[in-house]
Amino acid sequence: MGGDGLFEDVDLTWVKRKGTAFYLLCLASSLFGIVMLGFLILDVLYEAALGPIEFEISLTTFLTDPASRHPEQAGYLGAILGSVWLMVLTVILSFFIGVGSAIYLEEYAPDTRITRLIEANLTNLAGVPSIVYGLLVLAVFVNGFTLGSILLAGSIALALLVMPIIIVSSQEALRAVPSGMRDGSSATGATRWQTIRHVVLPAAIPGIMTGTILALARAIGETAPLIMVGAILSAIRLPSGPFDSFGSMPTQIYYWATAPGPEWGHLAAMAIVVLLAVMLSMNAAAVLLRNRYEKDL
Amino acid sequence: MSSQEQTQSNAELEIETEIQSERSDRETRADEPVLEVRELDVHYGDERALQPVNADIPEKKVTAIIGPSGCGKSTFLRCVNRMNDQIDVCSVGGELYFHGKNVYDDDVDPVALRRKIGQVFQRPNPFPKSIYDNVAYGLRIQGKTDDLDTRVERALRRAALWSEVEDRLDESALDLSGGQQQRLCIARAIAPDPEVLLMDEPASALDPIATAKVEDLIEDLAENYTVVIVTHNMQQAARISDKTAVFLTGGELVEFDDTTTIFENPANQAVEDYITGKFG
Repeated sequence: MGGDGLFEDVDLTWVKRKGTAFYLLCLASSLFGIVMLGFLILDVLYEAALGPIEFEISLTTFLTDPASRHPEQAGYLGAILGSVWLMVLTVILSFFIGVGSAIYLEEYAPDTRITRLIEANLTNLAGVPSIVYGLLVLAVFVNGFTLGSILLAGSIALALLVMPIIIVSSQEALRAVPSGMRDGSSATGATRWQTIRHVVLPAAIPGIMTGTILALARAIGETAPLIMVGAILSAIRLPSGPFDSFGSMPTQIYYWATAPGPEWGHLAAMAIVVLLAVMLSMNAAAVLLRNRYEKDL
Repeated sequence: MSSQEQTQSNAELEIETEIQSERSDRETRADEPVLEVRELDVHYGDERALQPVNADIPEKKVTAIIGPSGCGKSTFLRCVNRMNDQIDVCSVGGELYFHGKNVYDDDVDPVALRRKIGQVFQRPNPFPKSIYDNVAYGLRIQGKTDDLDTRVERALRRAALWSEVEDRLDESALDLSGGQQQRLCIARAIAPDPEVLLMDEPASALDPIATAKVEDLIEDLAENYTVVIVTHNMQQAARISDKTAVFLTGGELVEFDDTTTIFENPANQAVEDYITGKFG
């Protein structure tokens, strides 16, 4: 047998050890986030479970009544309905404007310095702290147009907050439609509008929806702009419509979490569970939507 | 034959007659070329992509455009149906007459022009819709929705795809093979019945068997349509075309003549070198 000692001059021990160390480091980093999320969820679930068990907070009351000064009568429904109203109005206010500007920027706008300036600013807007939007709406709508601290004002703040995100993700979805499809359509004698309506939008809509849902999942947990606009921290009654005063899930959590007395903390934990569940199901819906349509393109 | 089939074939006959009469109007002008290109040049920004081109493209014939990569073949093709309009930096000079009308006149709407001059692209580009909806697309867009089923069937038959898809018209076009997708795109382009069909290397993304099918198809298409085809495959040009235009580097149309002349007895030395493989 030949070849004995063929590779003796190659020493890989150190290189391999470094490789293993690097691998473990990366693995630990990625686990860190998951472990933290796991602790968070377990802790919240534990605290939430103690509410009904130790303090006899009724789950029915919690889910069917508005908030109250007495912990055993305090419910979350006022805040839940407030958040639902907020989301509905936010979608109406932001979706069409957001998708409209994305279509303009991607399909119509010439590639000029002004277009690029607008796009750069949209990216910057997506990073503006949410409290700033709250301040803007407080100054312009609540005080300026004397709307008062109504639900509509809160949803304007949230709509401004998510609009850049919707625009940017819609732009990405539109950009992902192969240019060959646009060429194919216009070479068949379609006008630009027909091409957008019948080819580009149908192909891009799953991406647009995914982006919008993810943006809303962010908006539903926003607290600061709503406090700024003047949301009622403890929603002691149900909102009647867009022009009513309003509470919301995150502001209710903020109120309960800062209230003195042990029962309030458990109420806050229960409320967090509800908010997390809503948020995670929105994210899941977005992922499902993406997976379902991804293979079609 | 069931009565339903009878009605359908009657409807088909009607459309066929209708189209025949449209065609005979066109045929009265058969002697003059469909497309007359006069001093047509193209710039991308400051860069000249096409030297002034002059050519007469005959009706219901296959005209091949050959030449090395980057010689302006596709650029020229995209001038014919004004697809270059969509490129911001592209500017076109000179004239291109379609039945005697300069398509670059201000009163010519490129959308209207493209309804008479269809195009098939290098890469198959079916829409993420059903096979039926792909073929019906142009018809619906152009409002030709009467006898939609018949027209779709006729386009698919002309594109030699009908027998392969007739029982799955509702399935997604994206499930077809590459060669089938390209024939579907041809069906989509010819369904609204344009006069001229521009094809930009329609077989270059296909395997040899699919290529052969598309080549056979192109010869048949010339019975009904004027076909202008860009190809980098000289054998293909020799096989399927009646006229051949040779572009060489720099975007210059060097020679334009009958295909047999170009391949057997070219006037230009550079063309001969290119065709015999000494250059390009």
